[in-house]
Amino acid sequence: MATDQNTILDEVTGGEYKYGFVTDIETEYIPKGLNEDVVRLISQKKGEPDFMLEFRLEAFRHWQTLTLPEWAHLNIPNIDLQEIIFYAAPRTKPKYNSIDEVDPELIDTFNKLGIPLNEQLALAGVAVDAVMDSVSVKTTFKETLADKGIIFCSISEAIREYPDLIKKYLGSVVPYQDNYYAALNSAVFSDGSFVYIPKGVRCPLELSTYFRINASNTGQFERTLIVADDDSYVSYLEGCTAPMRDENQLHAAVVEIMVMERAEVKYSTVQNWYPGDKDGKGGIFNFVTKRAICKGDYAKVSWTQVETGSAITWKYPSCVLMGNHSVGEFYSVAVTNNHQQADTGSKMIHLGKNTRSLIVSKGVSAGKSNNSYRGLVKVSKKADNARNFSQCDSLLLGNQCGAHTFPYLEINNSSAKVEHEATTSKIGEDQIFYCNQRGLSTEDAVALIVNGYVKEVINQLPMEFAVEAQKLLQISLEGSVG
Amino acid sequence: MLKIRNLHAKIDDKEILRGINLDIKPGEVHAIMGPNGSGKSTLSAVLAGNEAFEVTEGEVTFNGKNLLDMAPEDRSREGLFLSFQYPVEIPGVSMVNFMRTALNEHRKYRGEAPMSASDFLKLMRDKKNLVEIDSNLTNRAVNEGFSGGEKKKNEIFQMAMLQPKLAILDETDSGLDIDALRIVANGVTKLKSPENATIVITHYQRLLDYIVPDHVHVLYKGRIVKSAGKELALELEEKGYDWIKKEFED
Ligand SMILES: Nc1ncnc2c1ncn2[C@@H]1O[C@H](COP(=O)(O)OP(=O)(O)OP(=O)(O)O)[C@@H](O)[C@H]1O
Ligand SMILES: [Mg+2]
Repeated sequence: MATDQNTILDEVTGGEYKYGFVTDIETEYIPKGLNEDVVRLISQKKGEPDFMLEFRLEAFRHWQTLTLPEWAHLNIPNIDLQEIIFYAAPRTKPKYNSIDEVDPELIDTFNKLGIPLNEQLALAGVAVDAVMDSVSVKTTFKETLADKGIIFCSISEAIREYPDLIKKYLGSVVPYQDNYYAALNSAVFSDGSFVYIPKGVRCPLELSTYFRINASNTGQFERTLIVADDDSYVSYLEGCTAPMRDENQLHAAVVEIMVMERAEVKYSTVQNWYPGDKDGKGGIFNFVTKRAICKGDYAKVSWTQVETGSAITWKYPSCVLMGNHSVGEFYSVAVTNNHQQADTGSKMIHLGKNTRSLIVSKGVSAGKSNNSYRGLVKVSKKADNARNFSQCDSLLLGNQCGAHTFPYLEINNSSAKVEHEATTSKIGEDQIFYCNQRGLSTEDAVALIVNGYVKEVINQLPMEFAVEAQKLLQISLEGSVG
Repeated sequence: MLKIRNLHAKIDDKEILRGINLDIKPGEVHAIMGPNGSGKSTLSAVLAGNEAFEVTEGEVTFNGKNLLDMAPEDRSREGLFLSFQYPVEIPGVSMVNFMRTALNEHRKYRGEAPMSASDFLKLMRDKKNLVEIDSNLTNRAVNEGFSGGEKKKNEIFQMAMLQPKLAILDETDSGLDIDALRIVANGVTKLKSPENATIVITHYQRLLDYIVPDHVHVLYKGRIVKSAGKELALELEEKGYDWIKKEFED
């Protein structure tokens, strides 16, 4: 019976990555490898002011003193950084006034991804800052946003146009000393997004960025900085897919969010990078540092992520709850299939009084994959009446996959109330047969059960994104039934 | 409608069905009785296409088609319904969503367009009334936390929604209280038509008081060892199975 179930699940979950293709836009590289000259060259190519070069060099020098970290539940092949190209930009640096001027290849790429840019702009009211490789190609809806004093642009542009904001906030949430990959990112980051919401402004649009790794052999080091000033609100969406590739590609992004008094930031991610083929060959390595600081009282931040891609994912969006009454939330769905490995979770650092945090983590493992939740809840001495609730569920498809939960607690204040619940369940052959008997194919049955299981998290996503996320879950678990 | 010829099936090298023969015509009700472990549920599972059991010999045709060649979902779409002896819980999947997906799959198979949300909700309401099922149950996840009796009612509700050509009711009466038994049995009777047929698996006459069978079969050790009219059920109720076992061993 067990083998029967495995065959069924194999068929359902053995699907190949559907977004594998390479876009043919000309790309300009600098030589592969990393040294101080490369850092200088990147800064120069981007026409950065001196302070930025200094920032990069400091980070680079610090990075040189570090060694690659060892990972508990991940099996990571050696990554030879000297084989990586650290900068790639479309050769013709475009600046478009209208969408008609955008390279049709790019439009085509978005279409293949199911993200028709035109339609998005018209229908969804989503402003898209499309990052293709390392340089922002298209930023839209800027005027609407500018009317409200909202800044939404590429980080390169922000460095040139808003040096004071950059000087003040870049590295203030994730300093380069934070970890190996944060240091590396700070030295060589190529591009990313910058958002500033002024005091008292509710951003009227969902801000959205579609990242896409495109140039072969290019390490990607995105840098995102979001600052929400007092009493402001913004919802930010990040999504990505990657073309099918044979070589492993490294991605080490840094996302920093600063939330001031009574401000609220929602950060949603749908991540679907190439996970490698069915035998575990190829795929993206995804080492991301994401952190938010709720600096002011009553500040609130929530991370929602749907992770289906990457060969290896290492990612712990964190909330530092500094302000009194500040709130941090983390909703996550992580799906692993075939040979994927994921080690994700969240860190909630309670520093202020009456701070609250919530963690809802849903892991889905299929194939021979490994899915770990690693979470830290830390309550400092002064954080009176801190509250945390963590719910970590694992769903297993088949019996060759693994799910692990590692909750860490550091409680230094006796008034803290911390609760943790964990469940592990399995899609049973009897459940699938029951669905079959009512006329559902095995594929649909699995999709229905998985969608039910992750509903609580998907519901946190903005409507358009939720639909896309659901499609993605289905795609990443479906296969060649029949 | 259903023709079973010399059906053999096994699980883990243990032969459980050992040559079943059965003919069912439209409009008929067949009762299958028999001691515990004789293979009644196995027969329904094999007919529904549960791959845990391996068919080693025999043929089954359903409305002229080779049933054993069909995937379980296609058997359902062809109009075969199994009311499970032990209905399965599917946490997180709402009854509404589940039934809507199932119904639309059936419609797709027949080349019909999906049902609109409002038509679907109206249909649900009608069928809920038919089996007098509590509205709250259909708002919950499939069978999750349902009591034994509620699960059985829910099976009949699903049957009412899907309107099968052949329904196999595997001990649908067990776990039902006296009122529920009457409601469920009346529901089944209301769903009957000259075009569809029912197999009722039960241990007790009381269900057959409501759903009157045209034929009663006794399954014993993987074979149908006796078939007769509805009076056989009364005889079994009175005398138990010993006399049949004896007849069979001889
Ligand atoms: N999954 C299984 N693995 C091993 N043996 C099984 C399995 N399912 C059924 N059997 C065996 O097959 C035989 C027939 O079981 P089945 O459930 O068909 O009986 P039944 O006639 O429905 O009994 P009851 O009246 O108790 O419901 C029993 O001996 C049972 O133990
Ligand atoms: Mg039984």
